Amino acid sequence: MSGYLIIRNLTVRLRSGPVILRSVSLNVAAGQVHGLVGESGAGKSMIGKAVLGTLPRALQITGGEIWLDGVDLLSLSAAERRRRIGATAALIPQDPLTALNPSKRIGPQITRRLIDILGWTKQAAEARALELLDEVQIPNAARVMRSYPHELSGGMRQRILIASAFAAEPKLIIADEPTTALDVTVQKQILRLIAQMQARHGTALLFVTHDLGVVSKVCDTLSVLYAGKVVEEARMQRFFMRPIHSYSRALLSATPSYEDPLGSLTPVSDTVIEEVEAEVRWHDARAGT
Amino acid sequence: MRDARGDIRRPIGLRLWLSGGWLTLLALGALFTPWIAPKDPLMQDLFLGRMPPFWVQGAEPGYLLGTDSLGRDVLSRILYGTRLALIVALVAGTLTCVIGATLGLIAGYYRGWPDRIISRFVDIWMAFPPVLFAILLIAVLGPGLISIIIAIVVIDWTRFARVIRAEAMTQGAMDYVASAQVAGRTRFGTMLTEILPNVLPTIVALLTLEMGIAVIVEAILSFVNLSISTDSPTWGGMIAEGRTSVHQAWWVLVFPLITLFLTVLSFSQLGEGLKDRFDPVLR
Repeated sequence: MSGYLIIRNLTVRLRSGPVILRSVSLNVAAGQVHGLVGESGAGKSMIGKAVLGTLPRALQITGGEIWLDGVDLLSLSAAERRRRIGATAALIPQDPLTALNPSKRIGPQITRRLIDILGWTKQAAEARALELLDEVQIPNAARVMRSYPHELSGGMRQRILIASAFAAEPKLIIADEPTTALDVTVQKQILRLIAQMQARHGTALLFVTHDLGVVSKVCDTLSVLYAGKVVEEARMQRFFMRPIHSYSRALLSATPSYEDPLGSLTPVSDTVIEEVEAEVRWHDARAGT
Repeated sequence: MRDARGDIRRPIGLRLWLSGGWLTLLALGALFTPWIAPKDPLMQDLFLGRMPPFWVQGAEPGYLLGTDSLGRDVLSRILYGTRLALIVALVAGTLTCVIGATLGLIAGYYRGWPDRIISRFVDIWMAFPPVLFAILLIAVLGPGLISIIIAIVVIDWTRFARVIRAEAMTQGAMDYVASAQVAGRTRFGTMLTEILPNVLPTIVALLTLEMGIAVIVEAILSFVNLSISTDSPTWGGMIAEGRTSVHQAWWVLVFPLITLFLTVLSFSQLGEGLKDRFDPVLR
C-alpha cells in the first residue's frame, strides 16, 4: 500500500444512530497535499477529527481503518494512540482566536510538544521555536514568545499555530479550514505560507476546506464529500479539466470566476442534489443502515 | 505587526484599594485582638450599661463605641467577633471552593456520566432552602465552630459546582483543548494545564464572594443563637442583642451591622477587582 495516511471504509455515527461518515476511504501520500472539499455539514472536519482522535463525544467510529505511518490507529490502546498521533501528526485549527490557550505565553505553547513527546531539553525546544517563528515570518520572535495570545492579531496567531504544527516535524498535518476565520487579505499570505512550509518540510497535508479556489492553489489530489460520502476522488488537474461526478461539476460551476464573478455563478441544481441523495440512499441500503 | 492590545495597563482601581484596605484592617484587628481590644469583651458592669459612643453626650471614657445593656464594651466585642468571622470566612470559603470547583471542573470537562451524577446532585441540593438547611444541620451537629464551617460547606458547594461546570464546558469546547490532546496530553493533564488556568479568575471571584457569604451565614446562625457558645462574642449575636434595645441604645445594633456590611461588600468588590486583574484577556 502506498500513502502515509490511509483511511479505509471509515464509518462514524452519532451515538444516537444517524450516520455522519459513510465508509469514507482516502489516501494521502507522503509529502503530498490532499484536499477535502464539501459543503457545510458534509463531514469534512469530522474526518480530520477522527484521525486525530478529537471527535466530539457524541460521535463514535463504528467501522473502518485509519492507517497512519503503517499502523492502524484504531487497533491501538487510547494512550498508545495519543502518543503515536502526538509524535507523527499535527493540526492547524480553523479559528486562531480560540486555538491558543489565553492564559499561557506563546513560547511554552509551541515548545510543549517538543518537551513532552520528543523529550527535548527546554533550551533546544526554545531555540527551535524561535527558528520556526522566523520561518513563518514573525518579526521580533523573542518578544512574541513572551506574549500572551490576546496581544497578537489573528493573522499572527495563525502563523504561530502553523509554526507550532510544524515544530515536531510531523509527517502529517491536518489543516482544518485554516484560512476561513481570517481576512481575505491575510488569507492569501497564510495560504502561501502553508504551501511553502509544506514543500520545505515535505509533510503530507490533509487540507479541509469548502473553497475550491483554495484547493486549486495548494492541493495535489482531492476528495469531494457529500453527506459524509466521498463522491469523487481525483488528481487536481484532471478534476478541474474533466470533473466526472455531476455534483463535482455543479460545485465547479458554482465557483465565481475571476473575469465574470457574478455571471459565472450557477447554484447547484435540484436534479444534481437528487442524484447525490439517491446515491447516498443506495449506499445506506447496501450497508444495511 | 504589533498592535496596541498589549499596551493597555490597568491601574489598581479605587475599589480594590478600599476593599483590600478594609479587609487588611480587619485581618490585623483579628490577629492582634488581645493586645488592641480596650476591654475584656465578656466583662459586665451593670453600672455602665448602655453608655453611648465617645462623641455623644454622657459617654464613658475608655468605651469608644459605647456599651451594651450589660455594660460590655462594644468595640472589644466587635474585635473578638472579627476573629470568628474571618476564621469562618477563610476556612469555610476555601473548603467550599475546593470541593465545589473540583466537582464542577470534572463535570464540565469530562461530561458524560460524571457530569450527570454531579449535576443531578447539585439540582437536588439546590432545592433545599439553604438557611433552613444550615439551621437543621447545626441542630443535628450541635453548635460550634466546626459545625458552622461544615454547614456552610455543605449548603454552598453547589454554587461553585454550577458556575465552574459552565465555565469548564465553554473552555473545553475551545480549539486549544483539542490541540493539547493532539499533542499527546492525557485528558486529566489537559484539565489541569489547559482548563484550570482559564477558569481560575472565576474561581478567585467566587471564592471571595463565598467568603462574604460565609460571614453572612455565620451572622445569621449566631443571630438565631446557633453559633459557637453563647458567651463568645459574634457579630450576629451582637445584632440580635442590639435589636431588642435599639430604641434605648442604637449603637449596640448599628456598629456590628456596619462592620458586617462593609466586610461582605469588601469581599465581593475584592473578588470583582481581582477577577479583572487575573483575567489574561482583560489584563
